[in-house]
Amino acid sequence: MINFRAIKVIYLNEMTRFWNTLFQSIASPVISTALYFVVFGSAIGSSIQSIEGVTYGLFIVPGLTMLSVLTQSVSNASFGIFFPKFTGTIYEILSAPISFYEALIGYVGAAASKSMILATIILFTANFFVDLDIAHPFWMLAFLVLTCVSFSLFGFIIGLWAGNFEKLQVVPLLIITPLVFLGGSFYSVSMLPPFWQTVTLFNPVLYLVSGFRWSFFEVSDVSVSTSLFMILVFLVICLSLVSWMFKTGYKLKE
Amino acid sequence: MSSIVSIKGLSKTYDNGFEALKNINLDINKGEILALLGPNGAGKTTLISTICGIITPTLGSVTVDGNDIIKDFRKTREMIGLVPQELTLGAFDKVWSTVNFSRGLFNRKKDDRYLEKLLKDLSLFDKKDAELRTLSGGMKRRVLIAKALSHEPKILFLDEPTAGVDVELRKDMWKIVRKMKDTGVTIILTTHYIEEAQAIADCVGVINNGELLLIEKTKTLMDRLGNKQLIIELRDSISILPQELDEYKLNLSKSGKLITYTYDSESGGESVVKLLKSIGDYGLVTRDMKIEESSLEDIFVNLVKKND
Repeated sequence: MINFRAIKVIYLNEMTRFWNTLFQSIASPVISTALYFVVFGSAIGSSIQSIEGVTYGLFIVPGLTMLSVLTQSVSNASFGIFFPKFTGTIYEILSAPISFYEALIGYVGAAASKSMILATIILFTANFFVDLDIAHPFWMLAFLVLTCVSFSLFGFIIGLWAGNFEKLQVVPLLIITPLVFLGGSFYSVSMLPPFWQTVTLFNPVLYLVSGFRWSFFEVSDVSVSTSLFMILVFLVICLSLVSWMFKTGYKLKE
Repeated sequence: MSSIVSIKGLSKTYDNGFEALKNINLDINKGEILALLGPNGAGKTTLISTICGIITPTLGSVTVDGNDIIKDFRKTREMIGLVPQELTLGAFDKVWSTVNFSRGLFNRKKDDRYLEKLLKDLSLFDKKDAELRTLSGGMKRRVLIAKALSHEPKILFLDEPTAGVDVELRKDMWKIVRKMKDTGVTIILTTHYIEEAQAIADCVGVINNGELLLIEKTKTLMDRLGNKQLIIELRDSISILPQELDEYKLNLSKSGKLITYTYDSESGGESVVKLLKSIGDYGLVTRDMKIEESSLEDIFVNLVKKND
């Protein structure tokens, strides 16, 4: 029998941190989005031609959203599980009548929800700078939910793996951020020389951004079905990794 | 009395090869207070953590009220409350929200009235809206107890509840533990303090190097092993004891100034009076004297020494 109460209290407890720092939670994405629009959209963007019929200011909206969603999903979820491990309060989760998967739903669900809220705020802010029309709202939402969940899951894995704060920072900083910047968030892959186009195909973020961008403007670097397939592959990899960790009690139980 | 926790052949070997528990067999009776004594690193916390589900055993089994701790973990864990040794609490949570969190985690319906009473019993109610980081060490310890009791457990594990707390708080803690016992809760506590076990426990277990050396009723143990010693300091040193005092089996120190008389605490009172009189009769002048009671501490030290 599933312990729904436990899932609920873990979820709400994680969300409390978000509401407690509501000002930061809202102000920082609003400010950073505005800054990106001023720098890329207006200053630099004015000298860049439209890409496949989409103005540069509009073109960067999905990439910008993905940049924040990916980094925040990873950092929120990793911090969420790392902190109880670090302070020792994890003892309560381990001794409670819940399975690891129930705890996972609570933690990852909360991190993914925060990212969804963040994405909404960013898109809302972007709407002040450009006229945003979403061609395929359903697919936009589907891509967003899948990305939030899979990267929160990835963050959860990092939080379990990390033994100290340095390790916790290293993955978002050295892996996620470069992948997002090099994954066509701010440019179309077709603008790159052929060799780098091929290299970029190995970057999983490319598929997220491309699919997400397609749901807005019907413009994409790779086909939508490939995008969707790649996100699902990433999700399955994360789920398998997590289930292996839970099975072995990796860094959780001795 | 029926047993509520039954441990059979429990062993734990860590990945690094360290054997923390070696073939532990133990039955804990319903409604009792059991004190587990042992030096640092003896395996007390490993034993508790294994029963609570934090550590996976290498060998053996544990049942709680007839349910296996691994197969029926939901049932066993719902019955158990754990107060850890370290003051592990989130810094920014509030007292009220953290006890509610614990209750939910252990699958209990929200019950403000019960939690209010619990906090009042632990003198925490006026701090219910305080952030945990602002509380003193003693208050944090109480919050941990409140969290452990938030889901109305039948068994309470206290891992060194009075380590590093002042005397007053320790006595307070004992009161709380006794009160819990009165409500029918079975209590297992680990401690370094022998006086603590002596003061509140019905049963004492001694653990060293991962082995359970002894488990016995506190009173039986004290009766069985309890001796008293009368130490008499003489004004002038002597080289040999008067032969007439042989029946007391006295021990004379090297300096020739201290005489030690060991006697049974139950029945030896009269012989002390007789001995003192005899000493006077033989012209020995007493300068000072003291009586030492062998405590659980001596019993414990002796057991552990033998085991080492």
